[in-house]
Amino acid sequence: MSAETVQLLGVSRRYGHQVAVNAVDLTLRAGECIGLVGHNGAGKSTLMKLMLGLIRPSEGSVRVFGEDPAAGAAARARRELGYLPENVALHPSMTGAETLAFYARLKRQPVAANAALLERAGIAQAAHRRVGTYSKGMRQRLGLAQALLGNPRALLLDEPTSGLDPALRQHFYEIIGELRRNGTMVLLSSHALAELEGQVDRVVVMNQGRKVADGSIADLRRLAAIRPRIRLHLPMAPRAVVNGADPWAGWAAAPGGAMELSCAEDELSGVLRGLPATARDIEILRPSLDELYAAFQTGAA
Amino acid sequence: MRQILIIAAKELRDGLRNRWVVATTGLLAALALTLAFLGAAPTGSVNVDPLAVTIVSLSSLTIFLVPLIALLLSYDAIVGEVDRGTMALLLTYPVARWQVVLGKFAGHLCILGFATVAGYGIAGLALQLTGSGDPGAWAAFAAMIGSSVLLGGVFIAIGYLISTLVRDRGTAGGIAIGVWLLFVLLYDMALLGVLVADQGRTLTASTLNVLLLLNPADAYRLLNLAGSQAVSGFAGVAGLGASTGLGAAALLGALLAWIVLPLTAAMALFTRRQV
Repeated sequence: MSAETVQLLGVSRRYGHQVAVNAVDLTLRAGECIGLVGHNGAGKSTLMKLMLGLIRPSEGSVRVFGEDPAAGAAARARRELGYLPENVALHPSMTGAETLAFYARLKRQPVAANAALLERAGIAQAAHRRVGTYSKGMRQRLGLAQALLGNPRALLLDEPTSGLDPALRQHFYEIIGELRRNGTMVLLSSHALAELEGQVDRVVVMNQGRKVADGSIADLRRLAAIRPRIRLHLPMAPRAVVNGADPWAGWAAAPGGAMELSCAEDELSGVLRGLPATARDIEILRPSLDELYAAFQTGAA
Repeated sequence: MRQILIIAAKELRDGLRNRWVVATTGLLAALALTLAFLGAAPTGSVNVDPLAVTIVSLSSLTIFLVPLIALLLSYDAIVGEVDRGTMALLLTYPVARWQVVLGKFAGHLCILGFATVAGYGIAGLALQLTGSGDPGAWAAFAAMIGSSVLLGGVFIAIGYLISTLVRDRGTAGGIAIGVWLLFVLLYDMALLGVLVADQGRTLTASTLNVLLLLNPADAYRLLNLAGSQAVSGFAGVAGLGASTGLGAAALLGALLAWIVLPLTAAMALFTRRQV
């Protein structure tokens, strides 16, 4: 068993003239938690459907647990996969418990274990109500419970938290955190990079079907080359230096009487060490994740 | 096999829950009872078995109603689930696409089979209990019920084929109604028109046989109206059946082929379809 859970090599997927996924190479390893970020229509869902074998690539190869997921014999690989589609659709006339029992049987899992799963997803109290009466949050919880059936080794979650309230979102990330600690590979897509901070090991940024960035959030910052800024307040404005080097060369006045310097990441500690003891309210301003994301989407990086 | 049964059981439960089973059983039972008692009235004191007459009228009813019910059950089966998004999730499970189609077929056939057996069976029992049924006609009655289920299976299979061919539920519904009109009404009218116009000059009996087998509704009609001596006496078209020389085996074979071919085509198309 190789550590590569999912491997995409030069994968393209076209719908007529439209290219949904364009020459993507991607390797997802066991135990990783990967965020897949991009606008609507950037190819995130198509990428997941390719991994699930719902669609075949126009070019390139997709391997999941070393098998082609679109081949008929991929039943073994599918038993190891959990999938939560975007806006999960479930049969409205079945109750939550029946829905989960149906999927458990298809996955050859004991139905008796479902009660614990419903409990874990937080819908045990609504298990015997029809899915048609569920709110969006409850459907999403049931969708997650279904994805967790049989302790899959890889989970693909398509925008799992879009449209959820913050408390539920937190609960989702707690469950994902638990899974990651147990060595499950989790791939989750989102259109907000900021939401994924602290939740994922690695971020893959998609733009118009292309993979434009792949790495940790720190890697992305380096790649984007948006320089951090130091901002501080001084008790009095620095005196002009007549001879010798000006210690405040490069600093600019910022709103509110502050001073600001933009520098490279590796100069940061040197600059901080050279600051006078009188400096107050020292802040290091890094580009927000939204700025970072925008930089990748506009192709600046 | 297991996966097919799981899907079939789910379809069956859906059918029970959305009242399809109750509604179709009730409809068929009500119509069958009406036909059994009103339709048998004109036999009066003539020495004719009411059960045999009921078979004739019930099989005429079946030709209109059962294909319609079957198509309504099935036209939405694939395209509807794809549309609602439940299919994409189902197909990520360890289940092959042909198993999905076959499982749904088994489930829907059970729904229709139960409705037919129960609905018509009630009418038959009622006739028997009122003391007017002839035990000898029961074999023909059972054959009629069996072939009605078979006819339902044909149109469920055709409905699946429609459902895998189109991208839109509305289109599927429209085509299903068109198919029903074609096989149940238009085909026979056209055939009759051709026969009248031709005056037996170029259309040979064997050509007619093939033409009759090409329509599952006609195969069903011949099977029931000409199948039994007791019945064929009262059926208007029985003379046609007798002269075609099509055996019950050929007619049954035609019905089975009409199930197998569309169903196989549906599975093959669905396997290649993008979800």
